[in-house]
Amino acid sequence: MTARTFLIHGLIAGLLAGFAAFLVAYQIGEPPVEAAIALEEAGAPADAHTHESPEAGHSHDDEGGTEVSRQNQSTWGLLTGTVAIGTALGGLVALAAAGVVGRIGRLRPSQSTALVALIGFVAVALVPFLKYPASPPATGNPDTIGDRTSYYFAFLAISLLVAIAATVLGTRLLPGLGGYRTVLVAVGSYLVVLVLAAELMPAVKELGEFPAQTLWEFRRASLLTIATMWATIGVVLVGLVGRAHEKVAVENARRELAASL
Amino acid sequence: MAIATPAAPSVEIPTIPLRELLPWLLMFALLAVLTIFFVSADQGAISIPAGTAIHEWVHDGRHLLGYPCH
Repeated sequence: MTARTFLIHGLIAGLLAGFAAFLVAYQIGEPPVEAAIALEEAGAPADAHTHESPEAGHSHDDEGGTEVSRQNQSTWGLLTGTVAIGTALGGLVALAAAGVVGRIGRLRPSQSTALVALIGFVAVALVPFLKYPASPPATGNPDTIGDRTSYYFAFLAISLLVAIAATVLGTRLLPGLGGYRTVLVAVGSYLVVLVLAAELMPAVKELGEFPAQTLWEFRRASLLTIATMWATIGVVLVGLVGRAHEKVAVENARRELAASL
Repeated sequence: MAIATPAAPSVEIPTIPLRELLPWLLMFALLAVLTIFFVSADQGAISIPAGTAIHEWVHDGRHLLGYPCH
């Protein structure tokens, strides 16, 4: 098994994950997004272009600028986003899996790959979502987008680095402590550091009077979209890596048999 | 000699030498970070190039994938 094998399988898994995430986002994510945009436009000050072209795109540029129609944003634009992110994440997860294969206890390649996908989902998607959850259109002050973007990516980076450190720590402790205690120590230390970081980092409170029902539907849809993406990457990549490893094992067994004759 | 029993008691687990993995990881990570930047953050906090075309095109994906959009 080579880095190439992993990367190719990761790109395939990521591409499929992008399409799967698009389907979920389009089906359950678009209704709350549309509802939020309707609120935004109803609440916006009487603006010439919103009245003249109700079908025009969701623009934040008061001076006009480029307008992409809602039709395009909710279909091709959404698909571009999910497929690009899916493929990038798929490749990264696969290369991380290539790095840990054979290095985490006696885990087989498909098992260590599954562990990487699981840790990736928790550290890159789930935990950042808990601190800085996705927010629908019509919320958020445009003046703070710089700060909010920095907080989000800083927290994501902390989460990812601590998860990697906890995993490395786990592989060191495993021979001495055994599986159960190693997992407790590694997961526990990740949680302690992340809870501290989440407490210390600034909170974002910019929802205003946004309706709770739409917010819940939007955030649930967002989390389901993200989870679909990671689950597809994990399931497809584990399947492909397992198959590749089996092929290698069969090949090795045949060679050994031939050598012994 | 004639008995062909599989020699290994358990399945052999391969590893990939880090020096072989590193160039792939470096190149792909650089490309992936760029891709993620354009979908997740471009023309929000910072803009390369200036304008809103990319922001608007990936607008719904950015919201639903959990990135701060605006």
